[in-house]
Amino acid sequence: MIIYRQSARVLVQGITGKQGTFWTEKMIECGTRVVAGVNPKRAGERHLSVPVYATAKAAMAETPFDMAVMFIPPAMAREAALDAIEAGARSVVILTEHIPARDVIAIHHAAAQHRTRIIGPNTAGIVTPGEGFVGIMPGHNPNIFQPGEVGVISRSGSLGTLICLNLTRAGLGQSAFLGIGGDPMIGTTTRDALQALDDDPRTRAVVLVGEIGGAMEEAAAEYAAGMSKPVVSFIAGRASPPGKKMGHAGAIVSGTVGSYDGKRRALEAAGVAVADTPAEIPGLLSSGLSHDGTKPAAHIVPA
Amino acid sequence: MNFMEHVAKARVLAPAGIPVPRAVHCRTPEDAAAAFEALGPCMVKAQVPTGKRGKAGGIKPANSADEARRVAERILGMRIDGHPVGSVLLEEQARIAHEFYAAILIDTASRCPLVLFSTEGGMDIEEVAATRPDALRRHRVNLDAGFDDAAARSMLSGLDLSGAEGQVAEILAALYATSRRIDAELIEINPLAVLADGRVVALDCKLTLDDAAAFRQPDLADEAAAEPMTDLEREGAANGLKFIQLDGDVGVLANGAGLTMTTMDVISHCGGRPANFLEIGGEAYTKSEVALKLVLSNPGVKSLVVNFCGAFARTDVMAEGVVTAWKRLDPSIPVFFSIHGTGEDEAVRLVREGLGQEPFDLMEDAVQAAVNAAHSAASGGAAR
Repeated sequence: MIIYRQSARVLVQGITGKQGTFWTEKMIECGTRVVAGVNPKRAGERHLSVPVYATAKAAMAETPFDMAVMFIPPAMAREAALDAIEAGARSVVILTEHIPARDVIAIHHAAAQHRTRIIGPNTAGIVTPGEGFVGIMPGHNPNIFQPGEVGVISRSGSLGTLICLNLTRAGLGQSAFLGIGGDPMIGTTTRDALQALDDDPRTRAVVLVGEIGGAMEEAAAEYAAGMSKPVVSFIAGRASPPGKKMGHAGAIVSGTVGSYDGKRRALEAAGVAVADTPAEIPGLLSSGLSHDGTKPAAHIVPA
Repeated sequence: MNFMEHVAKARVLAPAGIPVPRAVHCRTPEDAAAAFEALGPCMVKAQVPTGKRGKAGGIKPANSADEARRVAERILGMRIDGHPVGSVLLEEQARIAHEFYAAILIDTASRCPLVLFSTEGGMDIEEVAATRPDALRRHRVNLDAGFDDAAARSMLSGLDLSGAEGQVAEILAALYATSRRIDAELIEINPLAVLADGRVVALDCKLTLDDAAAFRQPDLADEAAAEPMTDLEREGAANGLKFIQLDGDVGVLANGAGLTMTTMDVISHCGGRPANFLEIGGEAYTKSEVALKLVLSNPGVKSLVVNFCGAFARTDVMAEGVVTAWKRLDPSIPVFFSIHGTGEDEAVRLVREGLGQEPFDLMEDAVQAAVNAAHSAASGGAAR
């Protein structure tokens, strides 16, 4: 469960906090099926018309859910994630940034044992225009998101928002936005997200927004080489100095690992068109991606 | 956060039962001379959080108290890889028979702890991996299994450790347990030496603590080495802002790491040079006023691009901070905006009414205008 569908029942951990309340309202407004929330101190109450439970496990027993989303500070994130995983969530969307690495490892370990899909940490969430969103994306804003056929993958929420906005203005709606997170250890990698969009019948082309650091874009390029759907990419961080963490803990070039040039080379070798600036993306998509002749025309006609 | 060798050894290795040489930490040449009396023939080692000390001349032997004083004096005046040397560690000289390599780190690709060991110590581990892969062992730790003496022994099996297998296995297991307990991102012992008398001793130690875990390792975090930062970067950090000063002339104020990097990329693509990285995304989006001051304090800045795309961050809140600060600071450089996303209409109104500026629709156009303005200011033209 990487792409949000309205059939998915959502649990909001930390639903009563300021951000939890604000974004839960937006999610519901957008169509997301929020069925319950968690706050140990407010168990038994209702908040935003849904029941509040002490734990995800207690929620699952009375109000089953498929997906959990965490509005939880870093020091408590491990406990909340393990609660959702052990409760049987199929997916957990972890928005929290700056979770200690030891806790992140423990979360991924438990998720692997329970076959839970982790999205994040440090993601802005996922959006399926026309169905709903889970996280802290402006999924409710029709100037930014419109239903369509382009799947968008991004490590960054702000840049992903800009790119969806550009697509929408060019008449290219989105089948799904997958925010995968800016952390170095994320549960759903660029490659996982690309495969999900490749398998998605509603998606006809993919925009892959990467960042310097790590090797996830290179791994995704290997997958993209075998795809028949066209892929357009933008990689942020070309002008960033090496050896410095650029805001995201994962965005650092150390030695030869994670460099812009390496990622761009790998993607281009796989037949992916790489844009120099975000504004070029809609043009590359709708021009049919015939730059190297290896991909079929996109046939995506602006609405 | 990084640590000096002496802190890593005294605060982390020794308490974990990992043998280290007798040593005295000294801040003055006189202290070094006195330390020699206690230690005898020793090595004088610059204490800076970087791996380039030996090549830079920051590690030298001393065979008399007078030599210890002179060597310490020279090393204490050095700068190594940007770090001024504030102290030296005097350590008893070791008679080395073999040098190994041991490290515990986090393998981000497999999302688990990784134990590394090599019989080729004293070399860069990347070099060993490239030239002597047979000398290198990697063990990904399964959290359920953990990593004890027995696991260490099986990892080492087949390597010739000259009879030190037992000691090395104990050290690896202790190192793993410690790395977990202190939230280490990396503990590296290079070299891990077998001495002539058969003892195994950690001769050097590189330690990096997970920044995100500093809150639960307060005592150790207090002893971290100071990061090399400019005054403005330090001011940013004190205000909870990640500010990186660069050598260009187009200032950047944007929200979110991805959008900020992209703004820098587009500046570069348009023929300009970014003056800074600074993002006010996440919880920091309310700090645009102090952020603007930082960007404008950078002496190289000749123009500014403000690029907001609100998802979590509200552009109206950020714009209000910028407009308020701009009016108060009344800077003489031109500014160019592009604003989209959450709170956009109100943000555009604030900028239009407060500063008489019309935000650009495309960030690329705002950036190009800022780059052009910086060029014209640099060539002597009036900025505005």
